[in-house]
Amino acid sequence: MAGRHIVEAINNALDVEMSRDSRVMILGLDVGKLGGLFRATDGLYEKYGGARVVDTPTAEAGIMGLSLGLALSGLIPVAEIQFPGFIAQAFHQIGPQLGRFRQRSWGRYNCQVTIRVPFGGGLANSEFHCDALEALIAQCPGVKIVMPSNPYDAKGLLLEAIRDPDPVLFCEPARLYRFGRDEVPDGDYTVPFGQCQVVREGGDVTLVAWSAAVEMCGRAADRLADSGISASIVDLRTLVPLDVEGLVKAVAKTGRCIVVYEAPLTAGFGAEVMATIVEEAFYDLRAPIARVAAADVPAMGGALEPWYLPSEDQIVITAKNMLLH
Amino acid sequence: MMVVGMAEVRVNDKGPTQKQYRVLNPDGTLVVNAPVRMPADLVVQALRWMLLSRMYDEHAIAMRREGRWGRYPPLVGQEAAVVGTMLALDPKQDWLVPQYRELVACVHHGHPLERITAHYMGKGAHSRVPDGIKLVPLQVALAAQLQHAAGLAWGLRLQGRPGVVMTFIGDGGSSEGDFHEALNAAGVTKAPVVFVLQNNQWAISTPRSMQSAATSLSHRAAGYGLPGIEVDGNDLLAMYDVAVDAVQRAQRGEGPTLIEAVTYRMSLHNTTDDPSKYLDMEAFEEAKQRDPIDRVTAYLSGLGRWDGNRQQEMKTKLQAEIDEAVEKAIGFPGPQPADAYENVYAQPPERMQRQLAALLARSQS
Repeated sequence: MAGRHIVEAINNALDVEMSRDSRVMILGLDVGKLGGLFRATDGLYEKYGGARVVDTPTAEAGIMGLSLGLALSGLIPVAEIQFPGFIAQAFHQIGPQLGRFRQRSWGRYNCQVTIRVPFGGGLANSEFHCDALEALIAQCPGVKIVMPSNPYDAKGLLLEAIRDPDPVLFCEPARLYRFGRDEVPDGDYTVPFGQCQVVREGGDVTLVAWSAAVEMCGRAADRLADSGISASIVDLRTLVPLDVEGLVKAVAKTGRCIVVYEAPLTAGFGAEVMATIVEEAFYDLRAPIARVAAADVPAMGGALEPWYLPSEDQIVITAKNMLLH
Repeated sequence: MMVVGMAEVRVNDKGPTQKQYRVLNPDGTLVVNAPVRMPADLVVQALRWMLLSRMYDEHAIAMRREGRWGRYPPLVGQEAAVVGTMLALDPKQDWLVPQYRELVACVHHGHPLERITAHYMGKGAHSRVPDGIKLVPLQVALAAQLQHAAGLAWGLRLQGRPGVVMTFIGDGGSSEGDFHEALNAAGVTKAPVVFVLQNNQWAISTPRSMQSAATSLSHRAAGYGLPGIEVDGNDLLAMYDVAVDAVQRAQRGEGPTLIEAVTYRMSLHNTTDDPSKYLDMEAFEEAKQRDPIDRVTAYLSGLGRWDGNRQQEMKTKLQAEIDEAVEKAIGFPGPQPADAYENVYAQPPERMQRQLAALLARSQS
């Protein structure tokens, strides 16, 4: 057991799995000697060598397509896409190729590929470095989407992802990479997919979030508590598969729900969450569901972020207005 | 790459410097001084595969015309390019990563003809490649498969496993970004992969001249540090020799090769196509004079190994093979609702299970 922030937890998970299973390899841009731009693969090149930790040519579709082929050959690739905006360049090889290969081959082949990618804004990074594109991939059946929000889950979910026989998009909350250290066991453990977690109990309103937005909800809940409002927080942890039962249970408990996400509001994954709640828990609702998301503008990053990303203030105001109902 | 014993042919319409490798002239005679590396017995076997491909195409087009089969992409005119290269593979250890026009290579690799036929009959679940056969499914999104082939070959190399990967693309597909990324990565990783580019002059209705200003598509290999070689794609013997060299080069750990087979699509892009709207009929008729099958039969006749009777006998046997495969495929059960849901994930998510259950309930009521 050691105090680890998210980058260290991810690094530790990769180390655990590479030492346990010689088929696991890492590929991507600058993942070797540099250890990744966020240092998530730091030290692994030195420990496991250049045949298992490989810097590839600068081509995101290639990293994904090569990973598919590597999986066909019997290896277990963990590929890194350096920044979230570049998922777009890799899109075809992720959704239509990795996501469909099992079905296209009528079950003959599976693609045991994990795609690690930083997720979301909040670091005043430049354009294409701060996107939240989960809804694009959520429209690609065959690919799972994992969204850890804290160090313990980051390690356990990553180990689960690497061992999952199907392709997994593993989105890492970039803003929280070095946010704070939690106790993370040194050894092997997994966190199962499809199980959301109530990370804060409360009776008045349920905040639903994933990735770094969970941390934002925590701050908003602290402020709401100061105002006498008790907020519950549900961390979805995986979007595909989605824990519908756990989500509905948590929302039904308060009858009020705010879905918080970093992607543009319109047609974001939060819309799917809302629709699911309406279908499954309409008669438990005491107020219309609300969304706090990014504005419908491109993620230009930098100094513009505060004017389009969702904020703690918005959550607090939305919750207070909702409680007036 | 050293291509031992190949003749060089200057191609008039490509300027004085462009070389195209050729062993057999269009009339079936040998190019002067060209050593023959492909044994005559193997040429006879190759002819059998070429005829199988041609006859199956004719059957498939007829079935499509009757509305009994789905859309079908014939290989007519390109048989030497595919058969010549596939015969350089050992299906026991080498992998085949096709596009969608290389049906005959899939059969050679061990995919039973009745299973491929099931695909064109809409019975996809029965087209599954049997376990142990080193073949991946057809690829419709052009050039995506080249990335997979490069990764697969790289993975074999990383694991010290034997085997070479052969993959196919067309002149149109070579304009896709994936083509360039794949060749580049294969070069860097020295992946044991052979890229076969069938330049059949047409991407549906778009001519070769509108795909690239490059004099030869084989030149693209130079940009990625790998050998590129232009071959007369209607010359079975030339295609075979070049493919053998490329496979051996890959086996020696020297990395990938790009082979451009310059050929001509003598039929349809697929059965939805209407070439009369865009083809220069004169060039089309001229291309038909260079039929790769005629070239092989003329060559074998010159050797005293072939005549009309033998050809008729072989075609009768092949027709029986095709008929048997088609009969078997007809006997497979039709598509089932669950076919669309199974195999999306190892374990279907709960919501998808509910969707399937609802579909089954609707279809029973």
